[in-house]
Amino acid sequence: MKAPSFAYSKPQSLAEAFELAERPGAKVLAGGQSLIPSLNMRLSAPELLVDITGIGSLRGISVEQGVVRIGALTTHAQIERSAEIRKHAPLLAQAVTHIAHPAIRNRGTLGGSIALADPAAEYPACLVALKATIVVAGRDGERLVAADNFFKGLFEVDLRPGELVVAAEFPAILKEERSVFLELARRHGDYAIIGLAAHKGAETRFVYCGAGATPVFAKRASAAKDLDTGKKALEKDLNPPADLYNSSATKLHLAKVLLTRAWNTLTTSH
Amino acid sequence: MGKAELPLHAPGTQVDRGYIGESVPRPNAQRLLQGRGAFIDDLRLPRLAHVAFFRSPHAHARIKKLDFEKARRADGVIGVFDGRAVAEYCKPWVAVLGHLKGIKSPPQHAIAIERACWQGEALAAVVAESRSQAEDAVALIEAEWEELPVVVDMEESLQNKTTIHPELGDNICFNRELDTGGVEEAFAKADVVVEDTFHFGRHTGVCLEGRAILADYNAAEHSLTVYQATQAPHMMQDIFSRHLGIPEANVRVIAKDVGGSFGIKVHVYPDEMATAALSIMLRRPVKFVADRLESFLSDIHAREHRVKVRLAVSKTGEIVAFDLDDLTAIGPYSVYPRTSGIEGNQVVNLTGGPYRHQKYRAKMNVVFTNKNLTCQYRAVGHPIAVALTEGIVDLAAQKLGMDPAQFRKINLIADDAYPYTFPSGLKFEQLSHHKALDLLLKTMEYSKLRDEQSRLRQQGIYRGIGIAAMIEVTNPSPAFYGVGGARISAQDGATLRLEPTGMVTVMCSVTEQGQGTEAAFAQIAASAVGISIDKVKVITGDTGVTPYGGGTWASRGAGIGGEAVLLAGRALRSNMLDVAAAMLKMDKTELDVEKNYVVNLLTREKKIDLAELGRVAYFRPDTLPLDFQSELTVTRHYTPRQYAFAFTNGIQASLVEVDVETGFVQLLKHWCVEDSGTVINPMLVDEQLRGGVVQGIGAALFEECVYGPDGQLLNGNLADYLVPMAGEMPDIVCAHIETPTRQSQLGAKGVGEAGTAGAPGAVMNAINDALLPFNARVTAMPFTPERILKALKKV
Repeated sequence: MKAPSFAYSKPQSLAEAFELAERPGAKVLAGGQSLIPSLNMRLSAPELLVDITGIGSLRGISVEQGVVRIGALTTHAQIERSAEIRKHAPLLAQAVTHIAHPAIRNRGTLGGSIALADPAAEYPACLVALKATIVVAGRDGERLVAADNFFKGLFEVDLRPGELVVAAEFPAILKEERSVFLELARRHGDYAIIGLAAHKGAETRFVYCGAGATPVFAKRASAAKDLDTGKKALEKDLNPPADLYNSSATKLHLAKVLLTRAWNTLTTSH
Repeated sequence: MGKAELPLHAPGTQVDRGYIGESVPRPNAQRLLQGRGAFIDDLRLPRLAHVAFFRSPHAHARIKKLDFEKARRADGVIGVFDGRAVAEYCKPWVAVLGHLKGIKSPPQHAIAIERACWQGEALAAVVAESRSQAEDAVALIEAEWEELPVVVDMEESLQNKTTIHPELGDNICFNRELDTGGVEEAFAKADVVVEDTFHFGRHTGVCLEGRAILADYNAAEHSLTVYQATQAPHMMQDIFSRHLGIPEANVRVIAKDVGGSFGIKVHVYPDEMATAALSIMLRRPVKFVADRLESFLSDIHAREHRVKVRLAVSKTGEIVAFDLDDLTAIGPYSVYPRTSGIEGNQVVNLTGGPYRHQKYRAKMNVVFTNKNLTCQYRAVGHPIAVALTEGIVDLAAQKLGMDPAQFRKINLIADDAYPYTFPSGLKFEQLSHHKALDLLLKTMEYSKLRDEQSRLRQQGIYRGIGIAAMIEVTNPSPAFYGVGGARISAQDGATLRLEPTGMVTVMCSVTEQGQGTEAAFAQIAASAVGISIDKVKVITGDTGVTPYGGGTWASRGAGIGGEAVLLAGRALRSNMLDVAAAMLKMDKTELDVEKNYVVNLLTREKKIDLAELGRVAYFRPDTLPLDFQSELTVTRHYTPRQYAFAFTNGIQASLVEVDVETGFVQLLKHWCVEDSGTVINPMLVDEQLRGGVVQGIGAALFEECVYGPDGQLLNGNLADYLVPMAGEMPDIVCAHIETPTRQSQLGAKGVGEAGTAGAPGAVMNAINDALLPFNARVTAMPFTPERILKALKKV
C-alpha cells in the first residue's frame, strides 16, 4: 500500500517543533521505524509529519554526576555501540541487541520507542526497572516525569499536545548493583512473547514487557525473599494478555521461567 | 550410467564433460546485485494506469450494494468497475481436471459478482493515474452487506451443515479412495499397530517480489502484451487468449526478472485477470502489483491437512501396511487451471513412498471453506506425505525399541529392486535409498551424535535427532496435467542460434525465477556446442521469442528444459560442422568443436575459429558450395514420456535442542542427501536444497496463516506471520548420490522442491526424539513453544 498524502516539515529548533507539533493532525516523526510502516499500511493518516531529526540538541549520550542521560534522537545502534552505556547501563546494553535488526536499529530512536510505548518494547520496561526520569518539553518548558508514571496505558503516555520526549535520565549502575535483560522471541528481533528487565540495587525491580498494556512492574515478585515466593507472587502481579500464538497461561509460565533465570543471574556474584 | 560417461560429445571422442558438474557462477547475479534487474514494478510505459482492488472485509457475504459515486469523483481516478463490468470482457473459469474424477468447483469471475466467499476477495477495481490515488478512491467505495454463515473449520465443512455453494450439493470439492486390498487382514495379523493424527498448518509462499502484472492492450492490432511475474508464460498466454477473446498469437507474455515464485506464480489470479481485462476496457496499459498485505489475502495458501495414519508392522520391524485418511481444505474455489485437488492427491500417491510394503489403503477428502484459496506451493503434498510417513515410522520404531535408522534400513526399497511399482501405482525407474541412508549416517556421524545425545541428557540438555526419507515427483510427463485436459505443456523447447561472432544465443521456454536456471542452460549449451560459457547468452520468459513450453514448476526446469537445450546444442554443433566441412573441404566426421574452435577430431588441432565460421556462413555464403545452405539456428524439444515422473529420492536429518522450560526449539544442524540424477551445477543445486530446507523449516516451526472463527486472517503481515529467518537457521550440509535418469541424455532430475519436502518431517522427528524422555509428542505443525509446552504438560 501507499501512504495517504500528508504535509511534511522539518523544524531546526525545539521552539519551531513545539509550534508545529501542536497543529491539529500533526504527528512527530523521529526514526520512523513504527510510524512509516503504519502510514504505509494506512493504519494512521496524520495531516502533518513533524520531522524532528534536524534538532541536534536531542541527540547524544552523557554521564554526569552519576546520571546517564540519553537524548531522544539517540538511535538504538548508537546505544548498542556506546562504551558508556555498556559501563553505566548494562541493562540497556543487553536490551538493545534484542531490538529488531541492524537496519532498524540504525534509524529507530530511544525517544520514538518511549513516546510510542508499544507494550512489548524493551526500553520502557528497562526505564521503569531503572527508575528513570523521562524529560519532556513543550512550549511551556520542561517537565520531568517518573518512568513509573509516564506509561499510562496501551500506546498512551504522559505527553501533552505539542510536547516532545527530550531525553531519559537514570542513575548509572553502582558497583554492587546487578542488571539483566531477558526475552523470549521466536525469531531474533521480533517483539518478544514476554521479556524481563531486572535490576537489583537498593531495591530490586522485575519489570516485564509484553505482559500488559504498559511495562508491568511485578511489585510482589520484586519484594519476594526467595524465588519460589517470587514465582507464586508473579501470578498476582501479572495477567498477561494472550497473543496470536500464546495463551495468557503460557505467557505467565514463560514469565516465571524468565524470573527464575533472572533471579539466578542477579544473585550470582560476578 | 555415471555422469562421467554422459554422451555430451560424439561417441569415441575423448573430451571432458564441459561445464556439466561445475559450480559456474550465475551470469545474472551481477546484474541483479547492481540493481539492474527488470521486475514488473520497474517498467514505465506511457499512459500507464494503476489498479487497486476493493476487497471483501467479510469471509462470506452477499453484496447488497456497492456505491462508487465518491470513488469515481476522487483525484486521478480513471474508472471504477464491478464484477459485472469486468465479466463483459473476461470469461469466468471452472477449475476441474478430467483425471481427478468427480472434482467440482463453481465458476469463478475475475471480480466477484453478488457474493464474496473469502476475506480479501476482490469485489471492485479502481483504476487511477497512480497507485496511491487508486487506494485513496478504494477507501471511498461504500458497500452494504448481508453477512452469510461462514465455514472455517474443515471437519465442519465435511459435515456439510452449511453448504458454501448450494448448487454443488455439498462442500466436497474432490475425494479419492485407493485400496490395494488385504489391508484389514494385514492390520489384524500385525504384531504391532501404531496410529497417530497429524495436523499441518495452512501457510503460504512469501515471495520477495509480490505478484505483479502490467497488461498493455493495443486496440490497433487487437493484441495484448502482458509483462507478468509468472512461472508459466505460455500457459498464461493461452489463458489470456481464451478468457479475454484475443487470438493466441496476438497475446505475448513476457516474464523478465521474477523475484521468487515457489509455486505462487503458476496460478490464475482473479485480480491479475481483471488487470488484463481493464487494459482492454480502457485501451491503455494497466499495472497491478500486490502489496504485502493483499498478498497474504490473495496469494494462494497451501497445506492445511488433518491426517490420520495407521501402520502395521511385524515384530522384526517390517512394515506390512499403511492406512491413511487425509482431510484438506482449499477455500471456496478450486484454483485454475491446475485445480486444488492435486495436493491431497499427492498425499495419497506418496505416503509410504520410500518403503517396500505392498498393502496400502487411503481415503482423502478435499473440502471448501470460506478462507483464501489454496493450491500448489513448493513441494505440493510431499511435506505432508513425508512427515506423516516418517512420523508414524518413528513411532513404530520406538514401539519396537529399534533405532530409527535401523528401522529404515529394514524397510527402504532395495537399491537393486528397480524398476519398481509402488502400491499407489507409481513407477520408479531407479532410486538409491540405501546408498543415500548410508551416506547420510556417515556424513552426520550418526552414532557419535547418538552418544552425545545420551551424554547430554544426563546433564538436562535435551537434543533430538530426526530422520526423514522421501521420494519426490520431478520432470512430470503429460500424465500430471495434460491428460486431465489442462492446456499445460509437459514438453519444453530450446532454440540455439550461432551468432556471426561465434557466440550462441539460447532461447528456452523454461523460465528463470531467481533460482539460476539460466546459468544451468548456459552450462549445458556451452558444453553441448563446444564453446566457452562466456560466449553463451540465455533468453527466457517471452512467448514472442522462445519455443513453446511449460515453464517452471514441479521441479522440471533443468531436467526437461535442460534436455531440450542439450539436444539443440548437439544439433547446432552438427550443423556447424557441416559448415566447417564445406569450408575446409574435409569430411564432417573428421571434425569436432572445442573451446570456440573447429578442431581435428583426432589431433585436436585448431582448424577454424567459430567467428570465422560465422562470418563465412552469414556474410560470405557465396564462398560455400552452391548446393550448401547453412542452418545455424536449431530448435529441439523434449517430453518425458516413459515414466509419469522422474522420481528422485533423498533423505534428511535434523539435530535440534529443545528447551523444555520454554518450549523453544534450537535448530543445531541439518543434513540433506539427495539423488537428483546428474548434477549440472553443484552450487546452484545445494542452494536450491538449502532454500528448500529453510522453507520446510518454516512450515515446521514458524509459518501459519491463522484464521479467526469468523474467517478473518489474523496474521496477514510480516510482523505476525513468521517466515523463517537466517538468525534461526542451522548450517545445512548437502551431499549427493547421482543416479541419472535414462529417460534423457542429460540424466538430470529435479531438485527445487526436495528440501521443502523433507525438512518438516525431519524437524518433527527430531523434536519428538528430544521429548522422548518426557513421554511427550507433538504432531501439529507449526511446533510453537506453546504446543511443545502443552505436550510437556507445563501449561
